[in-house]
Amino acid sequence: MVGAVYGLAAMGLSLIWGVMDVINLTHGSMIALGMFGMYLMFMATTGNPYALLLPILAIGLLLGILVYWLSVHWVLGRSQLMSLLSTFAVNMAVIGIGTALWSTSPYNVNFTLKGITIGDYTFTGNHIAAACSALIIALLLELFLYRTRMGKAIRAVADNREAAELMGISSTAVLAIAFGIGIALALGSGALVSTLFPFTILSGGIYQLKSFVVTVLAGLGKPLGALAAGVLLGLLEGAVTPFIAVSWIPLIEFGLFVVVLILFPRGIFGKATA
Amino acid sequence: MIFKRPSFWLTLLLAAVFIYLPLRSNDAALREDLILVAVAIILVSNLNLMIGYTGYVNFGHIVFYGLGGYVGLYLVSARGWHLPSAALTAGVFVSICALFFGLGVLRLRGAYFALATVGILVAVHAFVSNFDPWGRSTGMYLPFEAYEPLGGAMRALWVTYYLVIAVMALSMILSLAIKRSKFGLGLFAIREDEDAAVVLGINATVYKAIIYSVSAFLPAVAGALMFYKNGMIDPSIAFEYMLSIEGIVMLMLGGQGTVIGAAMGAGLYERLRSYLLTQPRLSNFHLVIAGGLLLVVVLFASRGLIEWLYKFVPRSREVIE
Repeated sequence: MVGAVYGLAAMGLSLIWGVMDVINLTHGSMIALGMFGMYLMFMATTGNPYALLLPILAIGLLLGILVYWLSVHWVLGRSQLMSLLSTFAVNMAVIGIGTALWSTSPYNVNFTLKGITIGDYTFTGNHIAAACSALIIALLLELFLYRTRMGKAIRAVADNREAAELMGISSTAVLAIAFGIGIALALGSGALVSTLFPFTILSGGIYQLKSFVVTVLAGLGKPLGALAAGVLLGLLEGAVTPFIAVSWIPLIEFGLFVVVLILFPRGIFGKATA
Repeated sequence: MIFKRPSFWLTLLLAAVFIYLPLRSNDAALREDLILVAVAIILVSNLNLMIGYTGYVNFGHIVFYGLGGYVGLYLVSARGWHLPSAALTAGVFVSICALFFGLGVLRLRGAYFALATVGILVAVHAFVSNFDPWGRSTGMYLPFEAYEPLGGAMRALWVTYYLVIAVMALSMILSLAIKRSKFGLGLFAIREDEDAAVVLGINATVYKAIIYSVSAFLPAVAGALMFYKNGMIDPSIAFEYMLSIEGIVMLMLGGQGTVIGAAMGAGLYERLRSYLLTQPRLSNFHLVIAGGLLLVVVLFASRGLIEWLYKFVPRSREVIE
């Protein structure tokens, strides 16, 4: 169940990577902002948190475009180190501001849906709602990418930026929007996570790392693969928990991550072609 | 010859100043400030071997420092070794580990390598947090008797300070030596164009693995010394992700690929951070300022402060490397 949310976070990372070859290191702080966005809006409206997803996604889109102009636009085409560093700089600044505003103490969104019990397993309502929301958002993204003109333009730019420009596509606008969507997905997944677990401003980092694992498992730049790999990672976490202490999980995850990187640099769902 | 190069003597002069200043005033506070600067210079100089020379971003550089600290402290506290042998063993052990990691991970290029280094950092952190002989997540403490061989805790602080300064000078000299060697030229070739370098007969994977391992040695020794001085270690201090990243900021600030520039960036940033952290109004914002600084450097001055120096004093280009 949690896996779908991991998948959603990873989709954002994967989309940005696929379209502009940038590893977005602001991802963690954006996930954290999603958590706090959900918290603040929930406190203000006390409505159903899942209805608040829409405004959060919209904010994410705008924020993403802003971050794109601030840090990514100027370093495209320069060495990869530059975009890694510039997005990391924004990440630091956001975390710094967040720490100053909310300190690093934990918060949570106090909201529970009734769960369902099937046999011996109990699924809490929040987990089901979060997973469903994640799947719906993923489906919408897929429809957007494959059924609209804008989506087509994004895929065109991802394939070959020069050729897309020759066809009259403004690649700057497309990149900005793709980045915005990626960030919106990060905020959305953060918002969903905030309904499941308590969080601090620093929790984004953990989910960012998980997103890396998921994205690499799927192969960078494959949004749907990322969703599947996210679910896989969620299942893996659930499957090993009864046998070993929870504190060992990061070792397994990141061991797997490094091994997969070395053995299948194109992801386990990737093609074997060079 | 390295003795003919001004930067070599500059390095020795810097080390001499670092030793002389706190000694003259017998000022422990100054010594603690300078030891932090020295550690920053050690980390950044060795990071420079990867990022500046070879063009590979290592996000998990701090893992060498932390692992070195753990091995050193373990040997001193549980096995009763003396500090120098424990620190050297830590360095050798971590270098060998890095060589093994490197041979696997360095087949990856660019961003994939950068991500893998993050994976290594987190995996080692998780492993150490669960490793019984090293005290799991509570870490290890040194008893007071551990300082006896160096003549008590007071003197031990001064002795470790001198050792750290020595490691700092060695780091910079190592960087200088590699820079003008055939090996160093091979690394630069890999940075500029790896495929071309391979065609010209450079065994890129071996070169990269060796430099990865070399860049692990002195930070591990420094880690062993520092955590011995502090008398305690736990996983979250030893493997602090932020510190690893701040190292990259320092390097970019000073000028990647240059020895003196890297040291300059490390010194400046470390002092700036200490200043910000001790200002009650600004302490919450030190990350914001560091982030803003990094962004400005990346966008407008990607060659770092050293480039300004070169521009205003053209002759310095020949002297300072």
